Amino acid sequence: MKITQISVFLENRKGRLYDVCSLLGAHGVNIRALTIAETESFGVLRIVVDKSEAAIKLLRENQFVANFTDVVAIEVPDQPGGLASILKILSEHDVNIEYMYGFVEKFSDKALLVMRFEDTDFAQQVLAKQKIHVVTEKEIEGL
Amino acid sequence: MMDIPFWSREIETAERSRIEQIQLERLRDTIGWALKTNLYRRRLTQVGIGSPDDVKSLADLRRIPFTTKDDLRVSFPKGHLAVGMTDVIRVHSSSGTTGIPTVIYYARQDLDNWTDLLARSIVATGATSSDIFQNMMTYGLFTGGLGLHYGAERVGLTVIPIGGGNTKRQIQVMKDFQTTVVHVTPSYLLHIHSKLGEEGIELKDLALRKAFIGAEPHSENTRRKLQDLMRIDAYNSYGLSELNGPGVAFECVCKKDMHVWEDAFIVEIIDPQTGEVLPDGQEGEVVLTNVVRRATPILRYRTRDLAFLHPQGCDCGRTHRRLSRILGRTDDMLIINGVNVFPSQIEEKIMKIPEVATNYQIHVDKKGALDRLTVKVEIYPKLFLGEVSKLEALKHRIVEELKASITISPGVELHEPGSLPVYEGKAKRVVDERPKD
Repeated sequence: MKITQISVFLENRKGRLYDVCSLLGAHGVNIRALTIAETESFGVLRIVVDKSEAAIKLLRENQFVANFTDVVAIEVPDQPGGLASILKILSEHDVNIEYMYGFVEKFSDKALLVMRFEDTDFAQQVLAKQKIHVVTEKEIEGL
Repeated sequence: MMDIPFWSREIETAERSRIEQIQLERLRDTIGWALKTNLYRRRLTQVGIGSPDDVKSLADLRRIPFTTKDDLRVSFPKGHLAVGMTDVIRVHSSSGTTGIPTVIYYARQDLDNWTDLLARSIVATGATSSDIFQNMMTYGLFTGGLGLHYGAERVGLTVIPIGGGNTKRQIQVMKDFQTTVVHVTPSYLLHIHSKLGEEGIELKDLALRKAFIGAEPHSENTRRKLQDLMRIDAYNSYGLSELNGPGVAFECVCKKDMHVWEDAFIVEIIDPQTGEVLPDGQEGEVVLTNVVRRATPILRYRTRDLAFLHPQGCDCGRTHRRLSRILGRTDDMLIINGVNVFPSQIEEKIMKIPEVATNYQIHVDKKGALDRLTVKVEIYPKLFLGEVSKLEALKHRIVEELKASITISPGVELHEPGSLPVYEGKAKRVVDERPKD
């Protein structure tokens, strides 16, 4: 099950990240997971939120450059070697990860990770076969 | 009275009347060649000049219309060529105001004449065949490198054709070969000075005593600073690729502005608005006619450089008038570390890239002693898919596109739409924050 990540282009200017977060906060959008990809001169903010449709509309209305990306959220055993066990499976099946980052909170005793795959559909097939729990949009809204 | 060195004493100290007589003879020859080109044939006949004999005196020059960079663009590639390609032995080109470059062709005797003017210039500064000459200007299509190279060889200096850039190597070579003379932009020599410490080199390890400086505007303060820091004499040089390159005008040992070699160039200073020729001493646009070039004759070329001519002679005894340093430009051309860049060249490229919007800004400042050019563009929202690698690739592509046109690598900044200033009416695209000293 894919979930929606929102990517926001951030130019290298003071307060730009604050602008995004305060806009979302003021409209009751809750950020569940977040990471920033930074380069020398600009950044891309990646977030998973509880109301993604509303959030992107809001961002675009406020002149932010934002777009959707399909990602997969996976439950990982919260113990030493937990992530390694998942990565082993993915590696054995030649599934390439472009990037990944952690959730702000968890809704069970397991950690939640957001993963962006080179081939999302293929990655999902592999994960399903191995009975690795993939988190749904509904579950995220309910966090 | 100091000992004044000359390369061609007779011509360099000739009476005014003799210089004008030479100019008239050579102008007639040049008209003959110009009449063979598509660019000038109609222009000249329209003003009643159908043969060299129609030029009776130097005053007739004023009947001829000016030539602009745009005229050379329209004539690209060969509309201004007066000889067959068999007789052309070299080509140089410089940036045009758009993607079309300005091309100059040289016949054997053109290169010979140019080389001689540079030999004359080099000797006028007191350099001799015992000097070690490190030529730090860019070689290639740019005229700065090769021009001085051949002039220095003719005088007999030991030439190190190192070309531009690679500061570590420049410093090492200056030390290894005990370089005594360099040809360089003022900003690059300041940059080299700032890096000596890092290389563990002190001035006493070097033997430098002279610098020929040109290709970018600089103040008398900058020259003094350069001379004090490096403990050298720095001589100003002036030229432009349309008129050969360096060697149009050069300072002598007196260092009081640059002698225009008037047996090769007819220099006029005009009011850039009206085109009226101004008297000596008044600032205006420099207009040059090269009277010793066969393959690409150029008549009354509007350089867009602002300067004035000194009315009185020089302590060195040369009779060729002196041109002031360049005081400004009549167009929006930028000079970035000695490289000429037109904002229109940048605009042309930006407009062809679909991922960026039409608003952009050209930003120029200093990083240390060197100029830094940054082009700021706004990304087009619909083409943002969230991937950093795509944005990096876009940035890289813009750099490459611009580099192909302006020859230097600019910094490129991606901005959010609407974040760059928008102007009503004429946009202010260029922000130049370089200090004016």
